[in-house]
Amino acid sequence: MELSVVWFVLVAVLFTGFFFLEGFDYGVGVLLPLLGRTDDERRLIIGSIGPVWDGNEVWMITAGGAMFAAFPHVYATLFSGFYLALFLMLVALIVRGVGLDFRSKQSGPAWRSTWDWLIFAGSLVPALLWGVAVTNLLKGVPIDAKMNYVGTFFDLLSPYTLIGGVAFLLVFIYHGAAYLVLKLEDPLAGRARRTALTVGVFAAIAFLALVGMTYIYTDLFASVGAGVSLWAAVGAFVVSYLAMRAHRTGWAFVGSGLAIVFTTAAFFWGLFPRLMVSSLNSAWSLTVTNASSSPLTLKLMTVAAGLLVPVVLAYQAWSYWIFRKRVTLRDLEY
Amino acid sequence: MDELLLARWQFGITSTYHFLFVPLTLGLSLLVAAMETVYVRTGNELYKKMAQFWGKLFLINFALGVVTGLVQEFEFGMNWSEYSRFMGDIFGAPLALEALTAFYLESTFIGIWIFGWKRLSKGMHAAAIWIVALSSNLSAFWILAANSFMQAPVGYVLRNGRAEMNDFSALLANPYLWNQFPHTVLGGLVTGGVFVMAISAYHLLRRSQVEFFRPSLKIGLICALTASLLVVVTGHRQAQYLAEAQPMKLAAIEALWETADPAPFTFFTAIDSGKQENRGGVSLPGGLSLLVHSSPTGEVKGIKDLQQESEKRFGPGSYAPDIPSVFWSFRIMVAAGCWLLAVAGLCAYYLRRGTLEDKPLALKAVVVTLAVPYIANSTGWYVAEAGRQPWIVVGLQRVEQAVSPTVSAASIGITLVGFTLVYGVLAVVGIYLLGKFAKQGPVAPFAAKPAEGKGVALWN
Repeated sequence: MELSVVWFVLVAVLFTGFFFLEGFDYGVGVLLPLLGRTDDERRLIIGSIGPVWDGNEVWMITAGGAMFAAFPHVYATLFSGFYLALFLMLVALIVRGVGLDFRSKQSGPAWRSTWDWLIFAGSLVPALLWGVAVTNLLKGVPIDAKMNYVGTFFDLLSPYTLIGGVAFLLVFIYHGAAYLVLKLEDPLAGRARRTALTVGVFAAIAFLALVGMTYIYTDLFASVGAGVSLWAAVGAFVVSYLAMRAHRTGWAFVGSGLAIVFTTAAFFWGLFPRLMVSSLNSAWSLTVTNASSSPLTLKLMTVAAGLLVPVVLAYQAWSYWIFRKRVTLRDLEY
Repeated sequence: MDELLLARWQFGITSTYHFLFVPLTLGLSLLVAAMETVYVRTGNELYKKMAQFWGKLFLINFALGVVTGLVQEFEFGMNWSEYSRFMGDIFGAPLALEALTAFYLESTFIGIWIFGWKRLSKGMHAAAIWIVALSSNLSAFWILAANSFMQAPVGYVLRNGRAEMNDFSALLANPYLWNQFPHTVLGGLVTGGVFVMAISAYHLLRRSQVEFFRPSLKIGLICALTASLLVVVTGHRQAQYLAEAQPMKLAAIEALWETADPAPFTFFTAIDSGKQENRGGVSLPGGLSLLVHSSPTGEVKGIKDLQQESEKRFGPGSYAPDIPSVFWSFRIMVAAGCWLLAVAGLCAYYLRRGTLEDKPLALKAVVVTLAVPYIANSTGWYVAEAGRQPWIVVGLQRVEQAVSPTVSAASIGITLVGFTLVYGVLAVVGIYLLGKFAKQGPVAPFAAKPAEGKGVALWN
């Protein structure tokens, strides 16, 4: 296998890990002011992701760094092209990260509720924007012969990509609710479960709309594997929802996680061998061939990733193991 | 060209702001790790309290460093897409390696450290903060490896219309990196040491929690004094290295228009960039030669000759940075360094005589000195980055060739204003929180409000 193909897969894996982990993180952030009625409840909700959200966010940073190293043209085209969207995302992530750290460092309801709503917005906006971004990659955006994005911010918004954003957001919220059911005690856990059951219905509708519009607006289903993967995502989500109804919370979380994993896999599968589709001329799409780094850089990076990714997975898994118990007021640091 | 100007301002503002938090993260993490290690070794609760108190301040700073670092990573793609295309093959690798080797570790173990006081053994918990401290410094190494390529490109070949890597080990062995990295890490230790000293001095002046802040000040002092001495040594080596690697930067630092032998060291002067001359001022004859060649004679190349050489190689154009700002930034940095050495030396003297706490003036000087490492770090960074202008990668790509061609001035303007506003608010909030906890000292419970009935005092 060509190393550029290996890196296509690795970038896909990094995004999959990112959406799986930060997906529930974002969901928890959106649910924070909605589920948590008292200050202690909100502290518990934040405490559920407290030890891990920073590590989760690095999946995105690594995906960005990997794109820079392995596909510099994609890095350049994507971030200069989706300029204002990325700016919104960065501002959201800034206030979110600072909010998670700062909100409990000062008492006073105004201080805390301000940060709570900033965490809410800072989680909602990226979740939405990633859905918009991923669907845009597949649907195609105006990229010229020099690999430059020649559209505007509003060209990124279409019925299809907006459904993509909403579907991502709702699935992440559901995923976050499932996580909270696992991590909290009653009555919060019960409330999170009821929320999951409600949000789950809307998430399923949005998800099916996404699948249908993907069929209409993109060529994803031209690849059998991608199509199967996307249907598998729908299946995983349904199983998750049924498990949630049956109080099989662990399975519900695994199911929502698999739905995210299969969706991400389907999109990258549908993209391959392209990374960004040009809507102007298919020859101008960015592919593993025309957008990749030199063989030497790819080789070096492959060795590094081969050695380091398993280590990263091991200690991140370990950190989840340390904090595996349900969160109680006793363990709060934020 | 508006886009270029705005993109440059944006990069200047966001990276200078980011670099306000980085040095303290580098230095203070090591100090906290050392404090916690003493606690694990001796079982003395005082050092646990120290690790927790200084750790708390560290975390507030760390959070701001992390979120502003996010912007840095994506800004290359957003505003400098032509740079990313031209250099990605080389520049992307250290960034990706930073994420894989350092950033994952740092952010996973910071979570473990914050929340793990009761869940881990003492030794494991101390190991967590060591991992955070070392990976933060490793992060700095990768960033400087990338930056060093921009300053002194090595291990590349021009192919397929871009710079491609042909020797990764050359990238890691880049002499610029090995001059810059120790200087930066030591600058971080100075910042961390002075930070601990200044807050301790504040409390000693008020005779509050003396049993805690007396030993804290001592630890900060040892760190700051040792590191500021070494920062001078590494800085001196760097200047000597610049003479061969980036003579234009050195000439700009000294506002040396004409090649000279022996070359004088100018303390201050009035620079007229238009006429390319200096008027008046005070200088030490042969001083620059002494610095560069370790002998009172020896040639140092001037700006005019270097400009001509560059024109011969690269064609017409200006190849000199903005001389006055580089000249004065360097002097501010050096003056800040001297101030730091003087204050640290004075404190060490009084401390040995056991009279430091009776010298309110000295303690007040220490409090004021809190600002000084920040000034030194920012001006030092300015000299390094502005000194390579007009190049983004010296000799390979000029800044105006690097900017994103399709991003409008309006877009950059919006994000410039947006980031500046957000950063401004964060600065106020961050300084407020740091001030609040610094003044409070370690006795107050860290949770603003303990949960009712459960007696949850955080950090116990």
